[in-house]
Amino acid sequence: MLLSSVAERVYWFARYVERVENTARMILVNNNLLLDMPRNSTLGWAPIVLITGQAKLFYEHHEEASERNVLKFLVMDSRNTSCMLSSLASARENLRTSRAIFPRAVWETLNDLYAYTKENKAAVLTRRGRYAFLQHVIDSCHLISGKLSVSMSHDQIYEFLRMGRNIERADMTSRVIDVRADNLLPKLSEDIKPFDDIQWKSVLDSLAAYQMYRRYVHVRVRGAEVLRYLLQDSCFPRAIGHCLDQFEHCLQNLPVNELPLRALGAAQRMVQEADVKKLVGGNLNNYINDLQLLFIEINSQVTSVYFEGRDELPSAVSGMRDAGNMRLAASA
Amino acid sequence: MNNAMAISWKNYASVDSFDELITAGGRARPGAGKVVQYLRSLNDDELRERRDAAELAMRVMGITFTVYNEGDSGGIDRVWPFDIIPRIIPSREWEQIDAGLQQRVRALNMFIADLYDQQRIIKDGVFPKEVLKQSVNFRKQCVGVKPVMDIWAHICGSDLVRNSDGVMYVLEDNLRVPSGVSYMLENRLVMKRVFPELFEDYSILPVDGYSTRLFDTLASLSPRPADFPTIVVLTPGIYNSAYFEHSYLAQQMGVELVTGSDLMVDADDCVYMRTISGLGRVDVIYRRVDDMFLDPEEFNPESMLGVSGLMRAWRKGNVAIANAPGAGVADDKVVYAYVPQMIRYYLDQDPILPNVPTYLCMDEKQRKHVLANLDSMVVKPANESGGYGMMVGPAVSKRVHREFAELIRKNPRNYIAQPTLSLSTVPTLCDDDVEPRHVDLRPFILSGDSSHVTRGGLTRVALKKGSLVVNSSQGGGSKDTWIVETSGKS
Repeated sequence: MLLSSVAERVYWFARYVERVENTARMILVNNNLLLDMPRNSTLGWAPIVLITGQAKLFYEHHEEASERNVLKFLVMDSRNTSCMLSSLASARENLRTSRAIFPRAVWETLNDLYAYTKENKAAVLTRRGRYAFLQHVIDSCHLISGKLSVSMSHDQIYEFLRMGRNIERADMTSRVIDVRADNLLPKLSEDIKPFDDIQWKSVLDSLAAYQMYRRYVHVRVRGAEVLRYLLQDSCFPRAIGHCLDQFEHCLQNLPVNELPLRALGAAQRMVQEADVKKLVGGNLNNYINDLQLLFIEINSQVTSVYFEGRDELPSAVSGMRDAGNMRLAASA
Repeated sequence: MNNAMAISWKNYASVDSFDELITAGGRARPGAGKVVQYLRSLNDDELRERRDAAELAMRVMGITFTVYNEGDSGGIDRVWPFDIIPRIIPSREWEQIDAGLQQRVRALNMFIADLYDQQRIIKDGVFPKEVLKQSVNFRKQCVGVKPVMDIWAHICGSDLVRNSDGVMYVLEDNLRVPSGVSYMLENRLVMKRVFPELFEDYSILPVDGYSTRLFDTLASLSPRPADFPTIVVLTPGIYNSAYFEHSYLAQQMGVELVTGSDLMVDADDCVYMRTISGLGRVDVIYRRVDDMFLDPEEFNPESMLGVSGLMRAWRKGNVAIANAPGAGVADDKVVYAYVPQMIRYYLDQDPILPNVPTYLCMDEKQRKHVLANLDSMVVKPANESGGYGMMVGPAVSKRVHREFAELIRKNPRNYIAQPTLSLSTVPTLCDDDVEPRHVDLRPFILSGDSSHVTRGGLTRVALKKGSLVVNSSQGGGSKDTWIVETSGKS
C-alpha cells in the first residue's frame, strides 16, 4: 500500500532533482556557447532566465541579465524557489520526510550534494570554477538516479518517481525549444549563417541530445529536424514524445488511472500530430504554450487523483513553474 | 620532530569517579586493553583523521537531531556530537544487566496492567493509593482495557548509571516514547567505517538485530494474526526532535512512516491509512506521539497530531498501539521508587538491578531529610524528561536551593530527590587529548510474545568538563557501546 502523502513527496522529489540537473546543464551549455560566439553577440544570459520561467521575478530584482546576476539567481538566490539550492533543499525536505522508503544510499548522495552546493556555490561565479562545480552537480544527480534504479524496487513508488522525472523533463524540453528556437527561427529561411549551426547544436546540447541526434538523424543539424527530434522521438530520454510515453507506462501500473491517462492522451496527440514544418514557419510559440497547459493539466489530474485523498493541505514541498507567460518578461 | 603521541594516558585520571576503561591505578580494565593500546599507537594526525572521518560519516549519513527554538533559517538539523572512543562492558557483566532489565520490565508491565484492572497492588497495601491519585499519566480512558497479552510497555528505555562504588543503578524507566535507539545503531555503523581494524581484533556483540526484533514485537500485537500485519510508525512530524529516529526505524522495518493526517478511523471502528488506491487497514501503530495528542476526541481536542477515534478503535481491539496509551503511568519518578517492591510483589523475586536510593518528598520524614540536604542531592520533578526542571544540588547556588525548597513545599508529590551520584566516566577526545567525561547508558527492552534487550545501548556523554547532564538538548553527545566477550584476560 502506498500512502498518498508519500507518493506526492516522491513525485516532487524527482521533479526537483531533475530540475537541478537541467539548470546545471543549461548554464554549462550556455557558458560554452558564449565562449564560441563573437564578442559583441547579443545572446548573453537572458534566454536562460526565460527558459526557467522565472523572468518576471528576475527582473523585479535585477536591471540587467548580466552573467553574475543570472548565475546567482539560478544557483543560489533564495527568492527564486526554482534555483538550484532551493530545489535541492526542497528535494531534500521531501526525501527527509519519506526517508523510510528510499534506499539510504540515495539519502547520503543527496545530502552530500546539498552540502557541496551550499559550500561551493560561489565557484559558479568564477570562470575557472564553474565547469567543475556544475559537472559535479550533474554527476551527483545521475548518481541519485542510478542508485534509485539499481537499489529501489521498481514498484508503485518508483512509478511516481519516474512520472515526476518525465513530466519535469518534458516541461524543460518544451521551454528550451520555445526560447532557443524562437531566437533562431526567423533566420531559417536565409542562408545558413555560421553561428546558427552552433546555436542549433547548443539547443541539442542543452538537452544532452547532440550525440544521439547525430546517430539517429542522418542529416545536418537543421531547425526542423532538431524540432522533430526533440518533440517526437520515441527513444531519446529527453524528447517530449518519449517522456510522455514513459509517463503512460507508469500510469498503466497504477490504480484509478483513467483521468490522468485522459489528460496525458491529449498531450501525446498534440505532440504526435504536430506538423513540424508548419511550426517552423511561425506558430511555434503558441503551440508550445498550449502544450505546456496540457502538462499542467496532467500534473493537476495526478495531484487530485493520487495525492488529495486527505483532509489537509499536501505536505510535500512542491513548486509548479509559470507556463505560457515566458514572453511577458522578454519585453521587460 | 618525532611523532608526538597524541594521547598520553599517563596524565589521564578520573577523580572521584569510576572510569569505564581505566582503573584508578592507570591500567586498562578487562576488555579495554586493545582499544587503549590502539589509541596510544595513533599519532596526532592519525587521531584527527579518525575523528574527522567519524564527523564526515555522521554528516553524510544525515544522523541528526532536531533542535527546538532555532531561528527560521531552516537549519534545524544538528549533527549530534559523537565521540570515537567506545564505552566497553564485558559480556559477563552485561548478562546480569540484561536479566535485571527483563525482570524489571516484566514487573512494570504487570503493574500497569494491574492499575488499569483490579489494582491488587493498592489493595494489598504495597503501593499507596495517593500516588496513583496524583499521577498525571494515569488515563481513566484506559481502565478495563485488555491489550494483547496484557502487555502495555512494549518498548522501554531504561537509564543506567554507574556510581563511584562501581555498581550499576537504574536511574529511570522511560515507558512513554523513549528515543535514542537509532543513534545506538548508527554509532555502530560509524565506528565500523572509522575503526575497521578494531572490529577485527575484538569480539563485539552486534547491535543491528534491533530493527528485526522491533518488527517481530510489533507484529506479535496484531489483532489479525492470520494476515500479514500492516504496521505503521506514527510520528508527530518533521519538527519533532526525534523525527530522524522515527523515519529511521520505519525504514529499517520496511513499514510506513505516517502522520495523523495519513490515518483515519472509519465507521467500522478500524484504522485506515490513505493510499493512492484508497483506504488500507492498519493493524499496529508504533506511536511516537504522546498520549495527550493521540486522539482529539478523548484527549487534547486541539491536537493536530493524532487521529480522531483512535482510542475507540484501540479499545475495541481493532488496532494495537505500542506503547499502549496510559503506559506512562509507570514512567513517573515517584512510581520509580516502588519498582523494587513491585518486583517482589508480582514476581516474588529480589531485584537484580538496584534502584538509586530515592526520597519521596510526599513523605514527611523523607521530605525533611531532602530539605536539610539540598546541597548534596539531585531534585527531579516526577514527570519531566529530557533533564528539564531538575536541580543538581552541588552544582548550584544557595539561592537555587531556596527556590527548590519552595517548589517542594508547594507540591511535594511532584518531587523526588536522590543523592548526587558520581556518574562513571569514559575517556573522551577533547581538543587533542583524552579527558574523563561522565556517561550514562540507555538500553532498550522489547516486550511482545518474547522479550529482548539491546546488546548494550546508547551511551550518552556529558561533553562539558565536570557536567553530569548528558541530554542531547543540553550539551550531551554519544558514544558507541561495546559489549565484548572477554575470555579470561583482556
